[in-house]
Amino acid sequence: MDAVSIDDLSKEYGLLKALSEVRLTIAEGSFFALLGPNGAGKSTLINILAGLTRATSGRAAILGCDVRRQWRKARRQLGVVPQELAYDPFFTVREMLTLQSGYFGLGKENRPWLNELIVALDLEDKIDTTMNHLSGGMKRRVLIAQALVHRPPVVILDEPTAGVDVALRAQLWSFIRGLNAKGHTIILTTHYLEEAESMCEKIAILDRGRLVALAPKDELLSRYSWRQLRLQLVPESPVVLPDVLEAKRQAAPQGELLLRLHREHDHIGEVLAALEQAGVKFSDLWIHEPGLTEVYTELTAVENHA
Amino acid sequence: MPNLYGLYILFAREVWRFLKVFIQTILTPVITVLLYLLIFSSVISSSREMLPGVNYLTFLIPGLMVMAMLQNSFANSSSSLFQSRLNGNVIFMLLAPISDFELYLAFVGAAVVRGVLVGLGVWLASCFFAMVPLRHPLYALLLVFFCCGSLGSLGLVAAIIADKWDHISAFQNFVIVPFSFLSGVFFSISDLPEFWQQASHYNPFFYLVDGFRYTCLGVSEIPVFTSLWVGAGFFVLSSTWALWLLHRGYNLRS
Ligand SMILES: Nc1ncnc2c1ncn2[C@@H]1O[C@H](COP(=O)(O)OP(=O)(O)O)[C@@H](O)[C@H]1O
Ligand SMILES: [Mg+2]
Repeated sequence: MDAVSIDDLSKEYGLLKALSEVRLTIAEGSFFALLGPNGAGKSTLINILAGLTRATSGRAAILGCDVRRQWRKARRQLGVVPQELAYDPFFTVREMLTLQSGYFGLGKENRPWLNELIVALDLEDKIDTTMNHLSGGMKRRVLIAQALVHRPPVVILDEPTAGVDVALRAQLWSFIRGLNAKGHTIILTTHYLEEAESMCEKIAILDRGRLVALAPKDELLSRYSWRQLRLQLVPESPVVLPDVLEAKRQAAPQGELLLRLHREHDHIGEVLAALEQAGVKFSDLWIHEPGLTEVYTELTAVENHA
Repeated sequence: MPNLYGLYILFAREVWRFLKVFIQTILTPVITVLLYLLIFSSVISSSREMLPGVNYLTFLIPGLMVMAMLQNSFANSSSSLFQSRLNGNVIFMLLAPISDFELYLAFVGAAVVRGVLVGLGVWLASCFFAMVPLRHPLYALLLVFFCCGSLGSLGLVAAIIADKWDHISAFQNFVIVPFSFLSGVFFSISDLPEFWQQASHYNPFFYLVDGFRYTCLGVSEIPVFTSLWVGAGFFVLSSTWALWLLHRGYNLRS
């Protein structure tokens, strides 16, 4: 069964189409990234799944439970870490976790799990503190714990690492990876493309409410067909290139040569042979494979021209 | 299947919240009412007969109790929900498997508890001035429930509709307070000019005050059953309004 299935989902805010007929499924147990520029509709999509926003049309389901018709079951299967650092100023961390667990119908029997969460997220020192006395990173951790009180099989994190320092970010990722290893489906949105690139198997890209890409990461990466060859030239080397190569040349710093090559049509071997023939001498070489940044930029840029 | 434990925890949270700041939520309102009691009882001669066999002080106390209950039930649900909306932490209850009706019960339940606690506080304080009897406890319970339940529901309505704190306090200062001052707490409406006497009959608070006074003293300006019916109707209407807004998800699940 799919962890999440979304069918023809649209959301309008007056004239603004925050989501336009989005259709996608997310397999159980996967590590899924939802990317897109600001205002693309990522949070709107997440809020519809969580029941915080109602879609204008279309359907969404969590593990087969429709978010509107079987809302109770759908919500029990879903944990959401919201984008905003929202908190209740009246209660301490422990009280908040206990209340949240109670809202899901779980009483004392759930206490060992709450303690486990507190330890796993390194919150032991802060359990008797109210949230307004915690740093941003700490608040984020409490929000993650709060989303997990009912051990939801599907976990959504909306920009979990926004405003979190590097050390904590690494810690959070290892925690989230651990959840995924235990079988939780993880869905996240992030601005940090490197994060999505290193962690997620499958990626969807939203742009202005439209799904512009939905594919396994490798497939998405292979869609971008250019790579760069960079050469460190020997000081007296001539740099007069044959026309074919000159056309691929890009601006480069003094003493370097930069060529933009097509992944399929330009064979590295042939290019190097042609360079040798032209008498180009180099001391070192690098090939820069495209990353998600390039794919992402290209996809969202194409949309902008449409 | 209803989430009874979740409902209970949300209710407990609401009660716990106001108990954490009980000086502001219980003590202060009781003291405010105590001041009214001091001022009005010293300005107006206590020997003055308001209703047959009822002096001013005894007349005043049940009315003040109702006024305190009205204002505090409203304050509880409105400030709690609106603050959660402002802080954004309202999403944590909206994410949970708690239905609109369960949310309504939890908030209104807590508003009733706060109203009753403040009402009891006023009664305790009033014992230093005069002992007010309780002649019809069952009717009294019903009226207290209608009174706090209705205002708890209106508090939810205000918290859902409001966009800023100003809106909540406007509702409080321009609706709740004037209606409770004009409900015959401090005077008998038969002392009013004809127009205001008529107008008072459209004020539901008047029925709650007069009805509650009857359950204490056994005398009133209008029959207690009329007050009970109006109270019940008021409760049903305000609850329906709150539940309808919750059902539509207005400003909560937009
Ligand atoms: N409650 C709302 N009312 C009106 N417009 C909204 C509301 N929420 C979001 N939007 C608009 O919908 C679009 C998508 O927003 P959002 O889902 O928050 O984007 P993202 O999370 O991808 O940055 C934006 O243009 C935003 O301004
Ligand atoms: Mg967002």
